[in-house]
Amino acid sequence: MTQKDIAVQVRGLVKHFGETRALDGVDLDVREGTVLGVLGPNGAGKTTLVRVLSTLIRPDAGTARVAGYDVLSQPRALRRVIGLTGQYASVDEKLSGRENLYMIGRLLDLSRKNARHRADEMLERFSLTDAAGRPAGQYSGGMRRRLDLAASMIGRPAVLYLDEPTTGLDPRTRNEVWGEVQRMVAEGSTVLLTTQYMEEAEQLAHELTVVDRGRVIAGGRVDELKAKVGGRTLQIRPADPAELPRMAEAVARAGLDGIAGATPDEAEGVVNVPIVSDMQLTAVLGMLAERGFLIAGISTHLPSLDEVFLAVTGQKASSAPAPHDRTDALQEAAA
Amino acid sequence: MSAATITAPAPAPAREPRIGLRGNLRHISALVRRNALQIKQDPESMFDVVMMPIIFTLMFVYVFGGAIAGKGNQGAYVNYLVPGLMAMTSMNIAMAVGTGINEDFRKGVMDRFRTMPIARSSVLVAKIVTEVGRMIVASAIQLGMGFALGLTLKTSVLHLLAAVALSMVFGAALMWIFILLGLTMKTAQAVQGVAMIVLMPLQFASSIFAPTSTMPGWLKAFADYNPLANLADAARALVNGGAVAHSVWLVLAWSVGITAVMAPLAVAKFRKKT
Ligand SMILES: Nc1ncnc2c1ncn2[C@@H]1O[C@H](COP(=O)(O)OP(=O)(O)OP(=O)(O)O)[C@@H](O)[C@H]1O
Ligand SMILES: [Mg+2]
Repeated sequence: MTQKDIAVQVRGLVKHFGETRALDGVDLDVREGTVLGVLGPNGAGKTTLVRVLSTLIRPDAGTARVAGYDVLSQPRALRRVIGLTGQYASVDEKLSGRENLYMIGRLLDLSRKNARHRADEMLERFSLTDAAGRPAGQYSGGMRRRLDLAASMIGRPAVLYLDEPTTGLDPRTRNEVWGEVQRMVAEGSTVLLTTQYMEEAEQLAHELTVVDRGRVIAGGRVDELKAKVGGRTLQIRPADPAELPRMAEAVARAGLDGIAGATPDEAEGVVNVPIVSDMQLTAVLGMLAERGFLIAGISTHLPSLDEVFLAVTGQKASSAPAPHDRTDALQEAAA
Repeated sequence: MSAATITAPAPAPAREPRIGLRGNLRHISALVRRNALQIKQDPESMFDVVMMPIIFTLMFVYVFGGAIAGKGNQGAYVNYLVPGLMAMTSMNIAMAVGTGINEDFRKGVMDRFRTMPIARSSVLVAKIVTEVGRMIVASAIQLGMGFALGLTLKTSVLHLLAAVALSMVFGAALMWIFILLGLTMKTAQAVQGVAMIVLMPLQFASSIFAPTSTMPGWLKAFADYNPLANLADAARALVNGGAVAHSVWLVLAWSVGITAVMAPLAVAKFRKKT
């Protein structure tokens, strides 16, 4: 891969707010024309990352380049290629939806005619045509969100940042937004998207980066991460809770095809096993029965962000592996 | 997919792009349009512009006019008062910019502007252009009130327009101070408080309401160098005749000086603000 293919390149990014280390040495790459999903819980540093990358705040250390432009030394050139939908709406509440979009078009140097045309087009795409003449302050939360998204896409930016774009949207609108993001990518944009929803990451992202407390704790392609997380989690409850560690050990060491590991959860009294197929489920249970474990209950469920965390941090709690290390580890585990 | 292979730094692209004059004008006009639409959406924000000139003119002519100029002499006092009052009204509108900027900054839309390829100063310049527009409306009402109460123009319409223009120039210069205040202070109320404290002595220790000749020496000295008094003198001379050059030059010098110092500070503050 050459330098040219990387649209967003972040190395060792650090940002403090007083005592808080909002970013604590973040490395990541977004390849041109792809979507990177940044997953993380509240306070992980997602918004801080996006604000550094859009020149709203200056990092304390590290470098970040967007389309080859440095956030610190070339902010003006950088602003020409980005679009941002922040976590909180950034539209003028007193202006109508249409006037908001027209203003942004003009600020992006579109001609009057083009700005008007593009504003109407975006209103249509985000189902805001009926409300176009009303002040944005009277919009519902979801409508404001959509207007914000429309505003960030109006100039067809080469790199688009979306900070939790669908939080608070109803399912239909969420699908609509996903469609628009995919359309931007099809037109050649690169997208960095933060989210708390696995489903959203799965729908949109080519690659994922998981951050927690300002650090990257995992990264890789979505299917790799899913293999790691297991697609589903199988929870096995031993009849005797004292068996938990032994049972987890047995599952992890059995060498069953595609089983990367198992973690005992003392509080719940279960062993969590990431699995990707029914065959694996059967194999695990068969193996346990064969070895004489007494099982009191089993359940399976789809992975949530929590599971991703459990899977990732359960194994490498204290270190923050670089993305390629992680990938190798995943491949080894899967082999 | 291996991030480790990326070692060479990206080729440094050419110098930072500049936004040409045409681009800047386009951005400023888009932002002025935004401000105008905000006023249209919220007409009450014009309350000060409409009411201040009316109330001040009535109050000073009828409440103090008799005492200052002698009973029954209010007519003559109108000619003394109104040109200076125009200066004071411009000032009070300039003050509103500080609170306006302070409130604006708290809104999310500022974040959007700050990620866009526009000069940061264009947001501030647009604000000033809008406020000068409001000043023009206020001056027109002020003069309308004046003529209704017996103001007579002893020079020419051109002189009158020059008086209005001079107030605008000085008011626009003062706005940079209030913008800086608005960007520095935490709340709009604090901005208002500080602005009042600065403006009160400038307004009353001046020749706006009465000639400075009856003031004690130290106060008269202050009033003679008070730019607001210079502006009132200039406006009065432009309406009533008399020597104008000295006070006009003083006002212009103040305006240029204030702008030269305060505008860069305000823009720098605006840039730094996160
Ligand atoms: N302006 C600020 N001043 C002080 N602390 C801040 C500021 N902005 C962020 N922080 C702190 O930095 C950390 C990271 O915050 P950030 O907003 O980046 O998290 P996030 O991942 O976006 O969370 P969420 O999912 O809740 O949006 C938090 O501990 C937060 O309290
Ligand atoms: Mg956030």
